[in-house]
Amino acid sequence: MAATTHIAEVLRRRNSRSFLERLRGGDEIAYTVTLIAAAVILAIVAMIVSELWTHSQPTVKAFGWRFLISSAWDPNSGEFGALPFIYGTCVTALLALLIAVPLGIASSIFLAEMASPRLSSFLTFLIELLAAVPSVIYGLIGIFILVPFIRDYIVPPLTKTFGFLPIFGGDFYGLSFLSAGIVLSIMVVPFIISVSREVLLAVPTELREAALALGATKWETTWQIVLPAASTGIIGSVFLALARALGETMAVTMVIGNTPVITASLLSPGYSIAAVIANEFAEASGDLYVSSLIFLGLVLFGLTIVINGFARLLILATSRRGA
Amino acid sequence: MPSSTSFLARICLSTFAVLPLAGQTSLTGAGATFPAPIYQKWFNEYQSVGNVQINYQPNGSGGGIKAVSEGTVDFGASDMPLTDEQLKSYKDKNGFRMLLFPTVLGAAVPSYNVPGVSSELKFTGKALAGIFLGTIKTWNDPEIAKANPGVKLPADRIVVVHRSDGSGTTFCWTDYLSKMSPEWSSKVGKNTSVRWPVGLGAKGNDGVAGLIKQQKGSIGYVELIYAIKNHLAYGAVQNKSGQFVKADLKSVTAAAAAVKTIPADFRVSITDQPGNGVYPVSTYTWLLIPEKIAEATKRKALSGFLKWAITAGQNSVEALDYARLPQAVVAKEEKQIALIK
Repeated sequence: MAATTHIAEVLRRRNSRSFLERLRGGDEIAYTVTLIAAAVILAIVAMIVSELWTHSQPTVKAFGWRFLISSAWDPNSGEFGALPFIYGTCVTALLALLIAVPLGIASSIFLAEMASPRLSSFLTFLIELLAAVPSVIYGLIGIFILVPFIRDYIVPPLTKTFGFLPIFGGDFYGLSFLSAGIVLSIMVVPFIISVSREVLLAVPTELREAALALGATKWETTWQIVLPAASTGIIGSVFLALARALGETMAVTMVIGNTPVITASLLSPGYSIAAVIANEFAEASGDLYVSSLIFLGLVLFGLTIVINGFARLLILATSRRGA
Repeated sequence: MPSSTSFLARICLSTFAVLPLAGQTSLTGAGATFPAPIYQKWFNEYQSVGNVQINYQPNGSGGGIKAVSEGTVDFGASDMPLTDEQLKSYKDKNGFRMLLFPTVLGAAVPSYNVPGVSSELKFTGKALAGIFLGTIKTWNDPEIAKANPGVKLPADRIVVVHRSDGSGTTFCWTDYLSKMSPEWSSKVGKNTSVRWPVGLGAKGNDGVAGLIKQQKGSIGYVELIYAIKNHLAYGAVQNKSGQFVKADLKSVTAAAAAVKTIPADFRVSITDQPGNGVYPVSTYTWLLIPEKIAEATKRKALSGFLKWAITAGQNSVEALDYARLPQAVVAKEEKQIALIK
């Protein structure tokens, strides 16, 4: 009896005309608060884009679209072009994903499906610790440990066996696209692992039980049932990793060699957008120079959107074909 | 540079934590990172001398020039002289000039890692220009060998290391190379960042020094103070009189003193000067101060500080490994201080 009167009271309040009365139900407040939060995010993005755009006007006026396809970067003669930086950003990010995605997904499968719960939670703790390490530390590890290791043990056999391939041609001095890609892969792999593991764990146990009941082996269950069910979330983790790889600054500038060149060889030094902005912004003098660096920031912004968009299209295309 | 990080931290602390005391004049400045440690020390010392609180933000020469040109700070600081264009646009905008005041001196030194060579190497200007242009490719090149008789140089490839971040050290180094090689001057030129024909870029003096240490056959340039503080080995460079001179505080001051006629606006390059014991890759660093300062207290405070910095202040520069101004320059600067109205 008491319950029915309570519900009746709530309904009466909701239907009542008074806004204040309706607020007490909570829906309006929740709607308004969450809307404001979402709008703030949108406003921040819009502000970043418009600020970058206004401050890059001298460059836009001087070079136009040519800026995106020119390889010149010469503060002295006032020639600026973004292509080597765009190239370096894409190459290192893709290289990082090439290494990190198989590694990350395989480890997350182990942690979610194979390892004992105790081992799994212990390893997960360690991996999440890795995600919290500042990027300058990764850069230092890169310079002092990884680069000498790559130079002495990885590249010599690589060039001996695959030296005829253009991607492993030329001289190697340690600092290179390859080193940057490897350091980046170590930096992004924790994101892939920890998100993918959560997603795999969230796949309903009934699915696994059903597959096992139908006679599938544990691996068949994982590979053919659990992974496809979790694929959207896993792909999300890869996006997160990609975004981190594209925008990483400190660690990349420490190991990439900071030379704006476009070459097929992964052993050659290169440059990335984020690295050149960090390196040259403080000392840049002259409107055109500064605005070119700001425009590069906008290009990085656009690049992230374009690459993300491409990746999403790719998924859409493959998932349609699958279905 | 590890010391620069701690310096930055200290500067940030002193910038934000210390509030001006009642009755104190407060000035703000921004610019070059290279002289930031000595400026910070001066500002601390001068606070009690002149009852002036000075805040300095070491955000780079480019940032300093921009900030003082736009009037967001009271003074700027730069490791490179302003261009004619910059000075003209400032004067056109404001109706009065921007004055440059040299404060201390610095230098860039060649540091290297050549397998099997333990003795100190000597470099001609031609050799350095050739190395950084990429035309001299191996360590046993005759241009290097002829300056180093008795040293057995290997046939290893030379790996050039340069700064990737914009820097006054790079300006000094490229200014010198421009004087040494017409090809460098036309192809690359001088600036805080240039389009390097060859080599690897490393961030900061510490990045360059670290990479040289690791990479066999490498050569790069670092700021003299960094080299002294970290006990780096570095080579001697041939000056205009043909002497091979190793950089130290004395040889850097000698380079400034070797300039016979200093232009009235103090925009002078002191690289490649002739004379006994003159180190050829040296440079001034400048404070940038508007000719007209409307607020009388600020004007008085800034003039007072300048006068103190180039006289009494010079006594504390060598403790931080900066080279002091030659006497003739001090006398000339005192006259320019009187122009601030």
